[in-house]
Amino acid sequence: MSTTVITPSSGAAEWSLPYKGHVGMLSLIIAESAIFTIFVVAYLFYIGKSLSGPTPKQILELPVFATVCLLSSSLTIHFAVGALRKAGLAAFRLWWFVTFVLGAIFLVATAREWHHFIYDEDFTISTNLFGTTYYSLVGLHAFHVTVGLIGLLLVLLLALSGRVKQEHTRNVDTFAMYWHFVDAVWVVVFTVVYIIGR
Amino acid sequence: MSSESIALTGVREPSRSLSDVLHTWVTTVDHKRIGILYILFALLFLVLGGVEATIMRIQLIVPHNHFVSPQFFNQMFTMHGTTMIFFVAMPILFGFGNYLIPLMIGARDMAFPRVNAWSFWLTAFGGLLLYFSFVGGNGLYGAGGAPDVGWFAYAPLTAKAFSLGHSTDFWTLSLLVSGMGSIGAGVNFVATILSLRCPGMTLGKMPLLVWLFLVTGGLVLIVISPLTAAQVMLCVDRFMGAHFFDTQAGGSAVLWMHFFWIFGHPEVYVLVIPAFGFMSEIVPVFSRKAIFGYPIMVGATVAIGFISMSVWAHHMFTVGMNAYGNTFFAFTTMVISVPTGIKIFNWLGTMWGGRIIFKTPMLFCIGFLFQFLIAGLTGIMLSAAPFNWQLSASYFVVAHFHYVIVGGILFALFGAFYYWFPKMSGRLYNETLGKLHFWLFVIGFHLTFDFMHIPGLLGMPRRIYTYEPGRGWEIWNLIVTIGVFFQIFGTVVFVGNLLYSIFKGKPAGNDPWDAWTLEWSVSSPPPEYNFAAIPVVNSRRPLWDIKHPEDPDWKYE
Repeated sequence: MSTTVITPSSGAAEWSLPYKGHVGMLSLIIAESAIFTIFVVAYLFYIGKSLSGPTPKQILELPVFATVCLLSSSLTIHFAVGALRKAGLAAFRLWWFVTFVLGAIFLVATAREWHHFIYDEDFTISTNLFGTTYYSLVGLHAFHVTVGLIGLLLVLLLALSGRVKQEHTRNVDTFAMYWHFVDAVWVVVFTVVYIIGR
Repeated sequence: MSSESIALTGVREPSRSLSDVLHTWVTTVDHKRIGILYILFALLFLVLGGVEATIMRIQLIVPHNHFVSPQFFNQMFTMHGTTMIFFVAMPILFGFGNYLIPLMIGARDMAFPRVNAWSFWLTAFGGLLLYFSFVGGNGLYGAGGAPDVGWFAYAPLTAKAFSLGHSTDFWTLSLLVSGMGSIGAGVNFVATILSLRCPGMTLGKMPLLVWLFLVTGGLVLIVISPLTAAQVMLCVDRFMGAHFFDTQAGGSAVLWMHFFWIFGHPEVYVLVIPAFGFMSEIVPVFSRKAIFGYPIMVGATVAIGFISMSVWAHHMFTVGMNAYGNTFFAFTTMVISVPTGIKIFNWLGTMWGGRIIFKTPMLFCIGFLFQFLIAGLTGIMLSAAPFNWQLSASYFVVAHFHYVIVGGILFALFGAFYYWFPKMSGRLYNETLGKLHFWLFVIGFHLTFDFMHIPGLLGMPRRIYTYEPGRGWEIWNLIVTIGVFFQIFGTVVFVGNLLYSIFKGKPAGNDPWDAWTLEWSVSSPPPEYNFAAIPVVNSRRPLWDIKHPEDPDWKYE
């Protein structure tokens, strides 16, 4: 009375399937992409439809420095995962820390931009359609950056207490996929808000 | 010989105190328990949604009826639609998916058991939030109660000016919350199916139900997200004074329609594809034949998944799109009937020449075949834009989509209930009561929804709380309402049968149907770890291979 199904010789020995973390994260990224698509469509649809000022041209300035920081953080997290794969724990912690700092700089830059708009320009989410779509789309992205920063910080603390080791490469790599996604979305948001929308 | 070659792997646990049992159920991350929680939760909401439908039908039984007020009638159709789609159909299908997928692919649990529990509790919380509106919807303004904006909540009805109080807030928040639960379930389905299949189970050897849930999972990811995004926008509008759907400030009401139906139409396929999955498991077993045209079935499902994302604006023909928009959406809507038709022919091909056993699950599947076909035909009628201009928002449309959801999805679900009940409970249901349920429900269904087409053709709009006598609508409304009571009796028989059989049913054994997929190789109910040893499979029907070692499937596939 065996519980396994008796089988002939097929290649069950070399049975391998994709890592569930990667598949799960990719699924989440697909879902998130759909959410961002809807917000981007709304942004594009409402360009130039505001009934009152201010217009994007009047107040938006290109956040070049913040963009450079966020995009380079994709590179540094790639280095971090690469270091961990080769068991370079010190290099991993260093690159991971740099990634966190670059992400934090980006978030601070967004916060300063919003502060300037709200307090100096009197421009809020209820001012006009531009405000509605701008704060929603940029805010949705900033929310994802915030979630990413919390994750980065968590892994950083675990790494500093010596709990992240080479065998965790897959898990850390899964998180890195999310961070790359957040960066890629920024390329779209930047293009839509600061280039097409202006 | 068939049952002896499969070993029992389960051990019955000793009974424990009630609080222990409750604690186990609330904290569980086991896919089978979460699946059953989903199903029980959905059955509770099925009763609530059914009560709401009954209230509406009693109100409409004669002209100028005063059973409920117009305001309450509006709340009833909003709550009925929202409940049935989001808190009955979705959770019940997710429940079956949760229960069956790991068992069918030879895995011990879903890919992310804790995300799974999180998804269920979010859905449950969403449902409670929706029904809390009956108590909390009044808010500070003294207006409201339950949401009354219709299940698709067109702008600007949902704007602060037209929807005072918090009833719409409860509606949007509950869908936001349960939508996140659905996305979690979608992630889990896809990751489980792609990453946890047992050795030998290549994509081409998965049971069809698993294939169909893979497509459903993918669709959930792509189409529930737009609804979530639109609900976020509505929340921002209502709570922070933004203008997404505020026409006074240049916002667009039509944009909400697009966002809602980008979700809303594929949602039908999210619901019906698992029903196709049930059909594809039950029909072969009760026809004693392997499924006809497995690869075509998979291809048709994937095609439906893709095409379903390009048909949404056929809900909006009356809005006034241009000729290109009308033509495109009429065309895609007609095209989607091709893969659907292929499926119907495949099930017929499976039954053709088979030794058909007319047990309750099979009866419901045969009902599905006929009724889903008619639902598809009225769907093609409605896809023609000029015809649609005439009948949009009439009872013809209501009859059409109830034909899909009740005549199609619910019938397949009842079939699935009877088919897998022995596996879930370890006991057989009562066949006589099952057949009584089937016949009561068939009669009730056809009385209600066949005759509902007619007042629609005669011009009766949906959502009206009463109507004038003398328009020729009275007799049809009377028949429709009478049919509802047959359905209620049928449902009572169904619930009674389940309750009776859980305690008094005959022990089912591992494999009461002499079936072929892996879930029938373990004990009923399965042990917590499912498989003592992870199975290895070589064909689409691993149990056939064991039962017929002289003539295994893998020689032919």
